[in-house]
Amino acid sequence: MESISDVQKLIQIARRVRIQIVKMLHQAGSGHTGGSLSAADILVALFLYKMRHKPNNPDWVHRDRFVLSKGHACPAYYAVLAECGYFVPEELYTLRQLGACLQGHPDCLLTAGVDVSTGSLGQGLSLANGMAMGTRLDGRGARVYVVLGDGEVQEGQVWEAAMTAPHYRLDNLCAIIDHNHLQIDGRVEDVMNIEPLGAKWQAFGWEVQSIDGHDMKQIMEALDQAERTKGKPTMIIAETVKGKGVSIFENQVKYHGVAPNDEELAVALRELAAA
Amino acid sequence: MGVSEQDMMSTAAGLASTGKIPFASTFAIFAAGRAWEQVRQCVAYSLANVKIVATHAGVTVGDDGGSHQAVEDIGLMRILPNMTVIVPADGVETRRVIETIADIKAPVYVRTGRIATPVIYDDRYKFRIGHASILKEGRDVTIVATGLMVHIALGAADLLKKDGISATVINMSTIKPLDEDTLLDSAMITGAVVTAEEHLISGGLGSAVCEVLADKYPCPVKRIGIQDRFGISGPPERLLSYFGLTSQAIAEAAKKAIKARKDCSTTELPRVRTMRA
Repeated sequence: MESISDVQKLIQIARRVRIQIVKMLHQAGSGHTGGSLSAADILVALFLYKMRHKPNNPDWVHRDRFVLSKGHACPAYYAVLAECGYFVPEELYTLRQLGACLQGHPDCLLTAGVDVSTGSLGQGLSLANGMAMGTRLDGRGARVYVVLGDGEVQEGQVWEAAMTAPHYRLDNLCAIIDHNHLQIDGRVEDVMNIEPLGAKWQAFGWEVQSIDGHDMKQIMEALDQAERTKGKPTMIIAETVKGKGVSIFENQVKYHGVAPNDEELAVALRELAAA
Repeated sequence: MGVSEQDMMSTAAGLASTGKIPFASTFAIFAAGRAWEQVRQCVAYSLANVKIVATHAGVTVGDDGGSHQAVEDIGLMRILPNMTVIVPADGVETRRVIETIADIKAPVYVRTGRIATPVIYDDRYKFRIGHASILKEGRDVTIVATGLMVHIALGAADLLKKDGISATVINMSTIKPLDEDTLLDSAMITGAVVTAEEHLISGGLGSAVCEVLADKYPCPVKRIGIQDRFGISGPPERLLSYFGLTSQAIAEAAKKAIKARKDCSTTELPRVRTMRA
């Protein structure tokens, strides 16, 4: 699809995506509000600006690939896929229902635009490495993007994969950490400290960029810079706010895995409409 | 991939998603055990076209001991939806299996061992997934074996012959999907079944056979395998004896199964089939 490079336009799309996120979560009655809202701007920049893909032909062999390693943020993923036209927006309100294409975590067998199933944390970077190896073998110049959570990097497999990508010089791979500083049990630094995060990835052989994960222009520039980086993979550490865009959800650990109720939805829609 | 089985399984699934046919290989305990959840999430759940070829299965790993002897892997893999599980009986069959699974688009787990085992098949052998091969036909007892236990089962059939007992020996190389027809056809003739595997008696071939027979043709079954315990260090051949994985043990189990069938005489099992000429 055609890339949108107008920053204001992308910001408006991200606002729409956030509205869809809270509405679909409210309708579902369960799901992960905070981490979906923190990842929204990153996903919009990826799918609407950066990635080469064809919503009307999801299996297009030249497409760039995407892995949502923090699979619980799939409301944001689904809302962006709907925005791109992979399916009609009405589909979003079937989230988590019996028989729905939109499962509680991404399912590649059921959802158009989802290449690999995720949900069990810590495995997406390995999947992305495999995809980057595969697309490189094909020589079609496709790139692979993967979004991880910050709590997720506590999983040991992430660091196995962190070794693999630079070892194979996967410069067609760009990983982004949605660094919102909260996980289900509290503050990441209190539960199991992951800092110094950038230094760790650097030491493993990655090109590391640190950005504001809600500044659309910074996200776009970081993705462009990653594409220019040769010989090694790029890790973009995106500083984000969990629950971003809705005051009552922002930085509240409670909304890691809780959907908005009627009153909270009303507040969220009011704030997002005024944004 | 280095010493990183979990990363390997997920990476293989990533490769498969781009249309490649990755073969992921490591020791059975690490393929099926350590990386089980990666196999579940990235391979089986996603229907990724990944071929897991595990080596060093069973107690015949030998000296390395119980930590390295996978006696649970068939069960661990068989329980996964979408997974095909194959245990070749010799070198010829292993070659055929590898050629065959490369041509199908599905997750597959292949279990191989470490030690050299006798060659059973000649080059004309044709392997088909889900089709057992009958190596010997008899009328008194059905021995269903897999992996290196197949040649040991053939030895058991020879022992039984000396006692006037004729045994069918089935190489059940595909554990999942199980060849129910071949199993039932033989069980309906013999009414007594013995399973033999270098694996726990729970979860593997013995369990799979019992599940089918309990559903469709209840009859006495004796399971030869490792009891509820882990392996230990030792020379492979002696470990087979130590754990009762011998022709003698299979032959004894066969006699017990036949006796159990006779003891059921008040509720005589229907001998619906006669032996094919």
